[in-house]
Amino acid sequence: MFEALSLISLQQYWWLIVSLLGALLVFLMFVQGGETLFLFIAKNESEKSLLVNTLGRKWEFTFTTLVTFGGAFFASFPLFYATSFGGAYWVWIVILFSFVIQAVSFEFRKKPNNFLGSKTYEAFLFVNGLLGPLLIGTAVGTFFNGAMFSLDDMNRVTWGTPFRGLEAVLTFHNLSLGIAVLFLSRLLGLLYFMNSVDNEQIYQRSKKQLLPNTALFLVFFLYFLIALIVKDGFAYNPVSGEISLESYKYLHNLIAMPLNSVLLLIGVGLVLWGLVSSILKGGTKGIWFAGIGTVLTVWSLLILAAFNNTSFYPSVFDIQSSLTIANASSSRFTLVAMSYVSLMVPFVLGYIWYAWKSMNSKKISEDELEKEHHKY
Amino acid sequence: MLEGLDLSLVDWSRAQFALTAMYHWVFVPLTLGLGILVAIMESLYVKTGNQEWKRITKFWMTLFGINFAIGVATGIILEFEFGTNWSNYSWFVGDIFGAPLAIEGILAFFMESTFIAIMFFGWNKVSQRFHLTATWLTAIGANISALWILVANGWMQKPVGMIFNPESARMEMTSFWDVLFSPMAVHKFLHTTSSSFVLAAVFVVGVSSWYLLKRKEIQFARKSIVVAATFGLLASCYTAVTGDSSARSVAQAQPMKFAALEGLYDGKEGAGLVALGILSPNSSHPTNDNLNDFLVKIEIPKVLSYMASLNWNAFVPGVNDLINGNEKYGVMSAAEKIERGKYAINQLKLYKEAKKSNQLALSDSLRTEIMSPDFQKNYFRFFGYGYISDTKTLVPSIPLTFYSFHIMVLLGGYFILFFILALFFTLKGTIQKNRFFLHAAIWSIPLAYLASQAGWVLAEVGRQPWIIQDLMPTMAAVTRISTGAVQVTFWLFAIIFTTLLIAELKIMLRQIKIGPKTEGGIN
Repeated sequence: MFEALSLISLQQYWWLIVSLLGALLVFLMFVQGGETLFLFIAKNESEKSLLVNTLGRKWEFTFTTLVTFGGAFFASFPLFYATSFGGAYWVWIVILFSFVIQAVSFEFRKKPNNFLGSKTYEAFLFVNGLLGPLLIGTAVGTFFNGAMFSLDDMNRVTWGTPFRGLEAVLTFHNLSLGIAVLFLSRLLGLLYFMNSVDNEQIYQRSKKQLLPNTALFLVFFLYFLIALIVKDGFAYNPVSGEISLESYKYLHNLIAMPLNSVLLLIGVGLVLWGLVSSILKGGTKGIWFAGIGTVLTVWSLLILAAFNNTSFYPSVFDIQSSLTIANASSSRFTLVAMSYVSLMVPFVLGYIWYAWKSMNSKKISEDELEKEHHKY
Repeated sequence: MLEGLDLSLVDWSRAQFALTAMYHWVFVPLTLGLGILVAIMESLYVKTGNQEWKRITKFWMTLFGINFAIGVATGIILEFEFGTNWSNYSWFVGDIFGAPLAIEGILAFFMESTFIAIMFFGWNKVSQRFHLTATWLTAIGANISALWILVANGWMQKPVGMIFNPESARMEMTSFWDVLFSPMAVHKFLHTTSSSFVLAAVFVVGVSSWYLLKRKEIQFARKSIVVAATFGLLASCYTAVTGDSSARSVAQAQPMKFAALEGLYDGKEGAGLVALGILSPNSSHPTNDNLNDFLVKIEIPKVLSYMASLNWNAFVPGVNDLINGNEKYGVMSAAEKIERGKYAINQLKLYKEAKKSNQLALSDSLRTEIMSPDFQKNYFRFFGYGYISDTKTLVPSIPLTFYSFHIMVLLGGYFILFFILALFFTLKGTIQKNRFFLHAAIWSIPLAYLASQAGWVLAEVGRQPWIIQDLMPTMAAVTRISTGAVQVTFWLFAIIFTTLLIAELKIMLRQIKIGPKTEGGIN
């Protein structure tokens, strides 16, 4: 069935899948957002444990999505994997490092004789919560603003600065996306606490935090969005493969892909509805509106970055080295084979949904934690 | 093509990969095996309704959780390290290598991470049957994830199911099933997972023996030993079988590794297997100063030939045959392979130049030549040899390869005996009194880790200088980055992983000391 698709359709299909994984990852970074908050929302040890356990039961979803996102990118667009990971070395190393220290921290934090002490593991969680969304957001900013690489005729990467990717933070547009993702993850974390924790004080304190975090999120996100619409973009000629700068490229993309623009509007609308309704009316459903909204928003932004003959990883060092879904993808054979595997994704999402529902049918409370055999 | 390459960059990049892979492999085999053991124990609980089995299950599950977390922490680095430190490799083979990694994520990691939450936190939230299913799915998910990464590794040891495309300058997949069912990949998966089961079984028997030595938790320890030793005995016998078939795959696809692991320098018919041997610390062989002679060795006649090709009298090429060639037995010399590799590289270069200068007729004819079955089989097959300037670099470290192989095999044999004795003493009811065996069981835990690490040292050091057998040498695969940057990340990972390992050991030892908790009135 996938054999009948053209190469460009397969490349687009895989971009849609990788982007969807990226979008789910941003939603699941409510865990990271929560990691930057629990120390300040909890007022005593048992509240802290309650929040850590609430996040701890979900951290592996985020982690697995990140790993799968990396694997799927490797399989479908290996030239991006080789160029970005090998080139922007320090950015990725710092991101990975923050996830390494996260992975043990939930499990080790409260275990007796844990060598570093629970405060250290809590600090690890905070570092991951801060750096993960900030740097992943900033790195995604380079999809729109470009990076400093060039490729030779064997597609080997050379990086244009000794900072190996860290220079991305010097471009404010990249950084604004990073900061927006950080505050979005914190907002999702707050909404998740409001949804899942059976504790009135924590609910109220989380709710109180929503307004200032929403304000900061909106400042950086709206700046990112407006600057994106008016900025130049990197277009490619589908016949010759030549890359050129095009004024208002992303605005043109929004106009050329109305369905995607509607997706973006619905996404932003849902995020705002989730936030505003939770600030004004409270309730526990905000996470679902804001969560689905986040997925739609990020998905549409990533589609905006790559479709309509746009370079999704432009080079500002050597413009003709820029990556597009046409020149960076796997072969037709591999994309077809992988597409069959992708048919399993709805099944995987199905059992995740079922398991999530089974586990979250009741809110987590201090009483329940008392009886729990395995706790963080 | 490798002009200006700093060799210390290759060494540091290799050191970093070895460091992260070996640390990862400290934790993974226990996860793979203990997951299954815990699932078996929980099945016994569900079947019998005996609360003692629930208590046993929960205790080993706690240790599983501690170990699992750090396995995940060390694993994420490995996946992304292919990109960060081996970017040329990632492009060259990403079309083939990326797919198993993605499938691993989609099919295995999600299964593992979804059901592990139910396994740990679902005791009071889901039905008994659903919980048991979740425990099994966690264990199966972990083992399926091993399948995919081992398929990828198997492909690096013996590349199959692909063609070189000069247009994209990379290998492209032509048969997914050839990659998945490559005998090298299948043997690697079966051998690696079964040996992981052995390690986990030794771990359970060893820890249980400590309780027996301390004369506490007697029932708990005896029950745990019976399950683990039975499972371990089956797994260790199967590991021997898969090890035997793995050896044949190696002999066929990687004859240099096979010669090195036996210290076989000059090939012969009816070659014997070195049962025990000590190599001279100095390179003293008369024909090649990179080879170490034996100080002493005990050889079992003809067994190596049988191992390699199921024929007691078959010829097994030695290191010198593989370097200098051996016309009588049809072994091509390294010099000839280098010539062919250089020709393949040159044709590719000419193609790229013709393409650049728009000489369409020339580039078309070169493309047709490069993609022809004859070129792929007789020239491209030796592509990696074109990078080799000194044939001595084609020989992996003999002492590392030889000793890692022999340590692995000897310990593999020891574990079979170990499980038989553990079962015998436990079923006879005398294990508590046999303090020597109980002490030996505790000391067998580090031996299981040693055997497991030795297996990977053999697999990875033994295939040097190749990152992809015959097609790409390690030095051509590395990301061009400053050596200093890799040194910094090497030490960063060394410090953080060592710190986390210490933390893990301290937590694990304390949990063992605390022991299983009360369950349903049983303590």
